Amino acid sequence: MLEASDLHCRRGTRTLYSGLSFALGAGELLRVAGENGSGKTTLLKILCGLLDPDAGEVRWRGEPIRRLREEFHRQLVFLGHAPAVKDELTAAENLAIACTLAGRPASMQDVREALARYGLREDSAPVRRLSQGQRRRAALARLMLSADAPLWLLDEPFAALDAAAARLTEELIARHVAVGGAVAYTTHQEANIDAASQRVLELA
Amino acid sequence: MIAAARTILARDLRIVLRRPGDAATALLFFVIVASLFPLGVGAEPNLLRAVAPGVIWVAALLASMLSLARLFAADHADGTLEQLLLGSAPLGVVSAAKVLAHWLVSGLPLVAIAPLIALQYDLAPELYGTLALSLLLGTPVLGFIGAIGAALTLGLRGAGVLLALLVLPLYVPVLILGAGSVEMVSAGLAPDGQLLLLAALLVVSAAFAPWAIAAALRISTE
Repeated sequence: MLEASDLHCRRGTRTLYSGLSFALGAGELLRVAGENGSGKTTLLKILCGLLDPDAGEVRWRGEPIRRLREEFHRQLVFLGHAPAVKDELTAAENLAIACTLAGRPASMQDVREALARYGLREDSAPVRRLSQGQRRRAALARLMLSADAPLWLLDEPFAALDAAAARLTEELIARHVAVGGAVAYTTHQEANIDAASQRVLELA
Repeated sequence: MIAAARTILARDLRIVLRRPGDAATALLFFVIVASLFPLGVGAEPNLLRAVAPGVIWVAALLASMLSLARLFAADHADGTLEQLLLGSAPLGVVSAAKVLAHWLVSGLPLVAIAPLIALQYDLAPELYGTLALSLLLGTPVLGFIGAIGAALTLGLRGAGVLLALLVLPLYVPVLILGAGSVEMVSAGLAPDGQLLLLAALLVVSAAFAPWAIAAALRISTE
């Protein structure tokens, strides 16, 4: 589904990688590994089109993502390093807005259920009052409502999560891969995801 | 597409409602700057009447610039801008909705309060309508042009000053037409020419600025 060919990426004078090619098919799980500063986040941003590689190309079902743009965005969930929630809004408002903007509107009922699964039951508190881990959960709850998006790109999904929330996230990823989705993620923690086809891409 | 634009509009308005201080700052700035002039230049009614359109317009221009820097900065800081860039609706539509929301909370209040400011300058009551109308047509143009600058300077150090240098020269035609329309009426002439040109500027900027903003956002988030 997603193909990266001959990616070349420079940060300042340092070459992060060159000639990086790989493909991510339906039902595949790709873990991007590497030490701090090896370009994991940069790679995920290149894959979703937020950054342009210095050379090379990313293709989605054979078409360059540059050309597809919104059409590609509709099939993609990208969760970046920042939780992407507004401090002034409640977790439920944030999640509903995120789903609508992604072109996948969800009912308030579904939104509440997704948040409840992630242990966020309190409705009225703005996100400002939540802890770092709870914000992270509020962001990850979007995965519960994004099962029909074939491609998930997750940057450090397990950061700041407690064991239960990390477990739930692993389950969601495993289920998505099992039904034919493709997931690429970065992590520092040991993740234990139950998937038939998993690979590790080691960035030097 | 419409749903995305409506969502952004509702989201930004709701955020301002929950944190009204930000919007109030620009309005207070406008009131204070416009009130400083009569104190500075003295209470000579003829002089005040003569400078009123220009001073009120310059104050409105500075006030609308004051809040520009925050237009995309908050979204950039908390990561929601990335999600907007990856949204299912064209980025231009999303940008237009953001500018509209920004104008509703920072431009429209200026239009509403301008006649009150004009009182301090002893402006003739028949000029109030033209003043408000010129601001109504002109402030959204300032918002659209300013948003391009705000998008371009996103994430830069000293973005505020750079933004002013970038955007203020582009505000000149709006200022000339806006203040000019009020002066026309006070000279006993019809302001139609200036107002129509302002309306034309509004149409052109509403049609093209959103795509320039979108391109600028893509450049500055790289």
